[in-house]
Amino acid sequence: MHIAKVIGTTISTIKDEKVRGSKLLILRQTNETGEFVGKPYVAVDLVDAGEGDLVLSGHGSSARQTYQTKDCPVDAVVIAVIDHLEVDGEVVFRKT
Amino acid sequence: MLIAKVIGTTISTIKDEKLVGRKLLILRQTDETGTSYGKPYVAVDTLDAGIGDLVLTAHGSGGRQTYLTKNSPVDAVIMAVIDHLEVGGEVVYRKE
Repeated sequence: MHIAKVIGTTISTIKDEKVRGSKLLILRQTNETGEFVGKPYVAVDLVDAGEGDLVLSGHGSSARQTYQTKDCPVDAVVIAVIDHLEVDGEVVFRKT
Repeated sequence: MLIAKVIGTTISTIKDEKLVGRKLLILRQTDETGTSYGKPYVAVDTLDAGIGDLVLTAHGSGGRQTYLTKNSPVDAVIMAVIDHLEVGGEVVYRKE
């Protein structure tokens, strides 16, 4: 899984019938303190995350192991909203 | 999934029989505002996207989860055509 921050939303009318109704969020991977690394990608949101939230995303065929995404043409899914991150015994990120 | 812009089409007569009749578009990844970067790649189009459109592509085994690509030798599929992108509460891209 990746730690990532929600930076936006995609809206599309024309899409594969299996992903109709799915919320598709734009994410950017972050390091363990919440700083951006890497490029943006899009994932199906299953946990009602909001913009600015730090989340965990599952990738590849693992992204289709949920009831909502089974057999769907998706390769990334938001599986958790992070409350806080602890590194070396210290809280390095806390949800506001 | 990746955000990408359709930049062209590939036409081929000799191809795997499972690909006969499939539209293969050339794409380039973009960031969350629609600015292209990186190398081009090719994906099966199941949604009749056009050149210049911003789309979402699913990769790997996720690319074989649509009715048209099931059990086909493909690793990328266009599964949504983007109407608009919202970042920071503002619309940063809108389909023309």
